[in-house]
Amino acid sequence: MSTTTAPPPPSPTTTAAVAPARTGVRRRLSKPLVVAGILAVWVVGWLLLRGRNTLSLSPADLTPLHRWLNDVNDTVGANRNSNPVFLYFFNEIRLVVDTLVTFIQDLIAQPAYGRPVPVLGWLGVVALVAYAAWAFGNWKVALLAAGGFVLFGLQGLWRESMDTLALTLGAVLISLLIGIPLGIWAGLSDRFHRLITPVLDFMQTMPTFVYLAPLTLLFLIGPASATIATLIYAMPPAIRITAHGIRSVPAAPIEATDSLGASRLQTLTKVLLPLSKRTIVLGVNQTIMAALSMVTIAALIDAPGLGKTVIKALQTLDVGTAFNAGLAIVVMAIVLDRVTTAASVRVEEGRRNAGGLAERLRRPLLIGFGAVALVCAYMSYTYVWAAEFPAGSSLGSYLSRAATTVTDWAQSSLSGITEGLKNITTTVLLNPLQSLLTESPWWLVSAVVVGLALLLGGVRAAVIAAACLALLVASGLWQDSMTTLAMTIVATVLVMVLGVVVGVWMGRSGRADRVIRPVLDAGQTMPAFVYLVPFLALFAASRFTAIVAAVVFAAPVAIKIVADGVRSVSATTVEAAEAAGSNTWQMITKVQLPMARQSLTLAANQGLIYVLSMVVVGGLVGAGALGYDVVAGFSQGQLYGKGLAAGIAIVLLGIMLDRIARAAADNDPTPPEGIKV
Amino acid sequence: MTISISTAGRPYRLAGTVFAAATVLALVACGGAKVGGSDSNSGSGTGKCGTFNLAVNPWVGYEANAAVIAYVAQTELKCTVTKKDLKEEVAWQGFGTGEVDAIVENWGHDDLKKKYIEEQKTAVDVGVTGNDGIIGWYVPPWMAAQYPDITDWKNLNKYAAMFKTSESGGKGQVLDGDPSFVTNDEALVKNLNLDYKVVYAGSETALIQAFRQAEEKKTPVLGYFYEPQWFFSEIKLVKVNLPPYTAGCDADAAKVACDYPKYALDKIVSKKFADANGPAYQLVKNFTWTNADQNEVAKYIAVDKMTPDAAAKKWVDANKDKVKAWLPKS
Repeated sequence: MSTTTAPPPPSPTTTAAVAPARTGVRRRLSKPLVVAGILAVWVVGWLLLRGRNTLSLSPADLTPLHRWLNDVNDTVGANRNSNPVFLYFFNEIRLVVDTLVTFIQDLIAQPAYGRPVPVLGWLGVVALVAYAAWAFGNWKVALLAAGGFVLFGLQGLWRESMDTLALTLGAVLISLLIGIPLGIWAGLSDRFHRLITPVLDFMQTMPTFVYLAPLTLLFLIGPASATIATLIYAMPPAIRITAHGIRSVPAAPIEATDSLGASRLQTLTKVLLPLSKRTIVLGVNQTIMAALSMVTIAALIDAPGLGKTVIKALQTLDVGTAFNAGLAIVVMAIVLDRVTTAASVRVEEGRRNAGGLAERLRRPLLIGFGAVALVCAYMSYTYVWAAEFPAGSSLGSYLSRAATTVTDWAQSSLSGITEGLKNITTTVLLNPLQSLLTESPWWLVSAVVVGLALLLGGVRAAVIAAACLALLVASGLWQDSMTTLAMTIVATVLVMVLGVVVGVWMGRSGRADRVIRPVLDAGQTMPAFVYLVPFLALFAASRFTAIVAAVVFAAPVAIKIVADGVRSVSATTVEAAEAAGSNTWQMITKVQLPMARQSLTLAANQGLIYVLSMVVVGGLVGAGALGYDVVAGFSQGQLYGKGLAAGIAIVLLGIMLDRIARAAADNDPTPPEGIKV
Repeated sequence: MTISISTAGRPYRLAGTVFAAATVLALVACGGAKVGGSDSNSGSGTGKCGTFNLAVNPWVGYEANAAVIAYVAQTELKCTVTKKDLKEEVAWQGFGTGEVDAIVENWGHDDLKKKYIEEQKTAVDVGVTGNDGIIGWYVPPWMAAQYPDITDWKNLNKYAAMFKTSESGGKGQVLDGDPSFVTNDEALVKNLNLDYKVVYAGSETALIQAFRQAEEKKTPVLGYFYEPQWFFSEIKLVKVNLPPYTAGCDADAAKVACDYPKYALDKIVSKKFADANGPAYQLVKNFTWTNADQNEVAKYIAVDKMTPDAAAKKWVDANKDKVKAWLPKS
């Protein structure tokens, strides 16, 4: 706008660069001042009005809303058998899903068709998986897949692993069948994209505990409920990432096909889909990961597999056995991840190498190895030794004992340090923030949040924040929400610190990446239930324990995204900066991080969502507040409505924080700086 | 030209070799037993009992009850037992949808009884298991030994400073909250004027870990717990005596100032299951045993790491006459 009043510029490009920079300087000067002002008013208000209008509600108390939600739940349950919606809609869905999953189970996991063993024994499964990994990926991942699957058998967890695999495959299959078309639609239509984004937020942040019990009411106890619980959480990444892939196809090829007079369908199938194939495979990848992270929770409604082993072991605090099963889940995740990644790389390379010698060798090998795999499959169908994994391996019990020893050692020798760490973080960071949020009157906190949203994100963000805050008040769980908010903020800050430090390190060093990445995968897929017991020993039942658990789960995502961002800074830029004589520190702070700003924003967003998805687990280890409300609501009938309200409050917190942060990032005038060393 | 022919031929020869190797492998491996060849066990479980859907709630005491009942149903009555691992709420729901036949250790749950027994009429109470459930406040044994008067609630304020933690805001901490159990503890703290704050640990795991660490390191902890529980076979927690329970003293949740009542743990079955009156129903109805019995089986499972089935077998073999009393008379 200032261009019109500015003196005639020498050339349009310079003005465009200068004008925003000037306003940027002014805003950068004033914004922190105003923010500081708002915060100062808040602290003064807190000092004066402490403890007034805090809307507190004790854990055993209910509001009319919570009672009403209880009644709704009861009514649904009472009318299940007479309502046509159930008879003709939910029952049909259940039938289809049940049939699919039971079929996969019969194939690889459960005795079926009058046989004491599944159709395919261990040898057949290992051979077919390795063959598929080689055919779609390469021989390295084929070896990894074969090794990983044999490991399940050696751990003594073959049947459990196959049950988990069957359920995961079922959930992923349905997720992709629905998710990819929806993702394409969201990629093409802005309107649909806007419509579906909050729905996806809801699906990803609504705690599973809230809908687990109602699901068994709708779809009965059995594979269908477990699969549907899993796919509610696993489908959003497929939709989001597919849409993102379609959207980030550069404009040039689309315009080119348009000018050639291609129809919309042709543009989609000939340009958009091929060009976004790699991203879509990444979506498949994330869907698998998300599905595997639901394994333990689904076990609470009788989902078969490794989750049950973990839950049972936890009843007696048997960390070793839980770890053994948790490790199998991690290995399965890593195998599936590496195979799908290799498949996406192959898609690229296959196109480039078409016609080479390797390509000509490929076809006969495909046939040869395919025959071998089929022979193995047939043998595992026919012979007992190939059907049932030979017992007698002591690897499982060895792993359990090792894990127990390590945990015992850590518990007895580290708890002095960890106690100190907990106390410092709690008194310096968590307690002040929490008292500021929970002891101020609700209207003061709301005013501060809306003010900050307006200032940092603009009017839209402020309106959304105001709406979320109003709903939080209506939920009757204001004070619990503020307690959870304090923990969420501390955890997200820690996640981002780790994300930037480790992410930059990994992004700059390929070796660091290779070493750290499996650890991150483990952090993402090892069921939290496995490490809660040692964490409880180290930090006792406390809010800090919950924060640590959230960081373990959320930091890997943030680290991976930052590392990816740093690595994708173009090599020429980095070389130019090097030539200009910048040292490592300057390179990171002036070139790589600013250029990877998009990734930092995405990392913060995903970090936040992952932290919020651990709120409930936090409730199991002493976090109290919303997490505990949800857990108690799942366990006690009369608290169901309150648990549901708490689940919604978690979603609201997520949407509010995410929209403010996103708007703030879009609003930030600082342009990505070039080389300015 | 010749080169390309030979390279085109070699791969197919390679494929042939691979295939031949596979065939040889298959022939060599053909020695093993065939699936379904000599399986004698596959015909079992076809008595008049049919399928028996037994809910298994996630705690070891329950697992002990379920293990023994399932074992007896399988071996004596030839039932096909399907155990379903479910949380209590979900298990009760299962009565209505016809997927659960029996719950064999129920702690109170008056709200669920009202909903499913009285209103929806899908469940029936079939009497007590013989186990008494005790809920209350406990301290680790070393504290009871060192501070003998701590087991009287009147002295709790004297020791409040000892129980301070990062979570209790300057007061003593009462570690609460297995989310599955009803608690009056906030009301108790308030109405008994205790200088304590209730902190919600949030899971049985967290409570057990807190007590275990406290006993090991001789640190103070005061917390909500219950018996029968397998953990007592590891550490004998000592109960703090709150003002004794009298009938009706917990009628108004906000004004509670007395200890928790004793729960007579009971068995609930689905209406359909009861009406059919099959042998499995008779077994569930007749089943009773003592806290000592349950603790024994729970210890086999939790401490000795036996499978539920093996634990049940061991107990059943040693208690033949008790089992006999549960079997259907006809």
